[in-house]
Amino acid sequence: MWLYVARRILYAVPIALGVTAFCFALVYLAPGNPLQLLLPPDASAEVIELIKKTYGFDKPIPVQYAIWLGRALTGDLGVSIATNRPVTGEVLGALSNTVILSVAAVILAFSLAFTLGLLAAWFNGRWVDRLVTGFSIVGVSVPNYWLGMVLIIVFAVNMNWLPATGMGSKGSESFRLTDWEQLRHAILPVVTMSMIPLGIIMRTTRSAVSEVLNHDFVQTLRAKGLGEFAVLRHAVRNALPAVLAVMGLQFGYLMGGSILIETIFTWPGTGFLLNKAILTRDIPVLQGTILVLALIFVATNLAVDLIQTAVDPRIKRA
Amino acid sequence: MKTSFKWLAAAGLVMGLAATAAVPSAHAESVLRVAMTAGDIPDVTGQPDQGFEGYRFVGYSIYDALINWDLTKSDREATLKPGLATKWSIDPADTKRWIFELRKGITFHDGCPFNADTVVWNVKRLTDNTVPQFVAKQFAAMRTRTVNIAGVEKIDDGKVAIIMKEPDSLFYIQMSFWMMVSNCQFEKAGNDNGKYALMPSGTGPYKFDKFVPRERLELVRNADYWDTPRIPKHDRLVLIPMPEATTRAAALLAGQVDLVEAPSPDTVPRLKQSGMMVLTNAYPHNWAYQLNFVEGPFKDKRVRQAANYALNRADMKEMLGGFMIEGYATVPPNSAWYGKPVKYEYDPKKATALLKQAGCYPCDVTFAISTSGSGQMQPLPMNELVKAQLEEAGFKVKLEVMDWNALLDVTFKGREKFPQYHAVNVSRATQDPFSGIFRFAMKSQNAPAGGNWGWYYNAEVEDLIKKIYTTFDETQRDKMIVKVHEIMNDDAAMIWVAHDVNPRALSPKLKGFVQAQSWFQDLTPIVVEDKTN
Repeated sequence: MWLYVARRILYAVPIALGVTAFCFALVYLAPGNPLQLLLPPDASAEVIELIKKTYGFDKPIPVQYAIWLGRALTGDLGVSIATNRPVTGEVLGALSNTVILSVAAVILAFSLAFTLGLLAAWFNGRWVDRLVTGFSIVGVSVPNYWLGMVLIIVFAVNMNWLPATGMGSKGSESFRLTDWEQLRHAILPVVTMSMIPLGIIMRTTRSAVSEVLNHDFVQTLRAKGLGEFAVLRHAVRNALPAVLAVMGLQFGYLMGGSILIETIFTWPGTGFLLNKAILTRDIPVLQGTILVLALIFVATNLAVDLIQTAVDPRIKRA
Repeated sequence: MKTSFKWLAAAGLVMGLAATAAVPSAHAESVLRVAMTAGDIPDVTGQPDQGFEGYRFVGYSIYDALINWDLTKSDREATLKPGLATKWSIDPADTKRWIFELRKGITFHDGCPFNADTVVWNVKRLTDNTVPQFVAKQFAAMRTRTVNIAGVEKIDDGKVAIIMKEPDSLFYIQMSFWMMVSNCQFEKAGNDNGKYALMPSGTGPYKFDKFVPRERLELVRNADYWDTPRIPKHDRLVLIPMPEATTRAAALLAGQVDLVEAPSPDTVPRLKQSGMMVLTNAYPHNWAYQLNFVEGPFKDKRVRQAANYALNRADMKEMLGGFMIEGYATVPPNSAWYGKPVKYEYDPKKATALLKQAGCYPCDVTFAISTSGSGQMQPLPMNELVKAQLEEAGFKVKLEVMDWNALLDVTFKGREKFPQYHAVNVSRATQDPFSGIFRFAMKSQNAPAGGNWGWYYNAEVEDLIKKIYTTFDETQRDKMIVKVHEIMNDDAAMIWVAHDVNPRALSPKLKGFVQAQSWFQDLTPIVVEDKTN
């Protein structure tokens, strides 16, 4: 087991490195220039040189990468061009806001999707199954930015029950989950965000459980005289690793923060930060955010693999 | 039956909770909450970023310039008025020395006195990279706006001279963009702009209170503001960046903000229906295409005229729900520099005839346009309509769509680097003659050196502009500016389409706002009436 863990962690290192190189290069492929944000469109060559030097853009790109990577290893992701604030602080602040949304969305999606998926598998082919399957297809295919807007129109504008945007009147710094006044701001984005994972996890659960239910050993269990509930328990145990893997992936996606959802709800998370950084070509923020998100994705995958191993001993090959 | 009752009870409980939470807690303080279009809080350390929106909400709130804008009237284009300087004039003995007489008895929010030394310190901050108060980003922003400063000199405590490299009759206008920062506060922050950003201090109508990065900036009333009619009529001003137009409208309707910038035209009927006030007014803005005078068909004046004749601007206005002024020239018709330019009114037959005369029929052209951007209004549908109208007259238009930053890159580098484009669609502010008119016409401004993207040239314009800079009689000077404006129209130097009217929507509980014909607005007279009334 421990050898397996060590090997997986070791594998994650080159992946993470590759990711850093890739996102560093990617940013430079996009047209446009970070200096334009700082400078009026008609800045003179002399001023451009001065600014390039100040921000270190005068060096060759591989050198810039090496410097950046070296600093990143110590936790220093540089300084935002637009705001002059340290990128590490910007990203971590945004990340903590996104965590609120994504953890809540995953819990909501998983608990609902697992129950419904199980029901659908159990009543395979009956109306319950069709209803649940239909619901999951809607969840996956409705564009969530559209859903977000509709929810805003219905619940914020027309009914005035929930706020439309933001993280509360005092901003994210004093956001408390225990304060209902502020928690209300999270409801619409969480519901919107949970829609896609809800559909996907539901479908996975349904197919995994119904596949297991068709296995010979289930027949054996029934033949042994086990009650239906006990049979289902066995089926769940066998289907769980596949569902967990999908859930982990979905959680990784959500941690990336949905650019669209966070922009619609003005939720100051990583998606909002990325959106802003892309539009302003704030390269240090862009690189820092992508790096942190990629690392989280790698770590989530690792965690899911390890949990799967714990749940399903067959996976442990080491 | 039993279960459904339980569900009902639970639902009722949730709704009840929501309702209690929705009741506003009693506020002794009156708060004005504004949703900006910017994606971030503008720079608070002096010279704002985020375009003129930064100046509008942050710059002129925390700070004053030597010369301020008079934003009290809605029926004429905003003019300059004395700010921290009471008077300005050119030194009769030396046309390179502008003399500013300073207002007495002014103190910064931190108590530091404002005087000639402060002005000298501020001018050096943005012109001299050897002083400790130098900040690269702010320096760069101003260095390009104002290139002409050779030095600054204290004459006495209440008087300074700013010395030009070249005589410049329009220089004083630039000083309306120079925010005066407290030197004491900056030194208290250890000459560190990052630290100063957490404790900025100016002389303006609002004092900095606090900010949450990317989310909100809170300013409070400066009860001791020197310009007493402009002491804010509310206690607190909260600025919230909200780049998505639909979100801004929703936030206003949901009562989360009180004033939103630029609601999109399709949300306006809904806003009005809910009792919101939707205000518009002309302001110095130009939505046009700058043309390539070296490569492609627009070299030919007839093709440029044809493009202008081919546009049905009334249709465009209808498409935008009335939210524009038809654009026939570089500055809007209410500007002092408008004059009597040739007006290319919709005449598709004439357009076709001109194209045939010019031997460009069908006439292939490529435009560089953006998906969004500061002042760009609704660039995609607007460009599609322009394309359709031009093609009706015999053009074949290819739209190269890019994001705002990429379009700025094309604009900045000029036609030399991007000969494949025959026009660029970048909207401009036209409130001063240089940035609104001259820089698109002067040879010395040929991109990448400046704003003349397509290298327009007219010897008469060139001469006139030279004279304008050395004419210190304002009436004489303005006459010549009008002339330049008229000649550019005669040359069909651009394809003019629209002037924005800057819609903004206000909650009915706001009273007293006057929408000035300017990029800048004064929020201080706004009274926020209690919600519960």
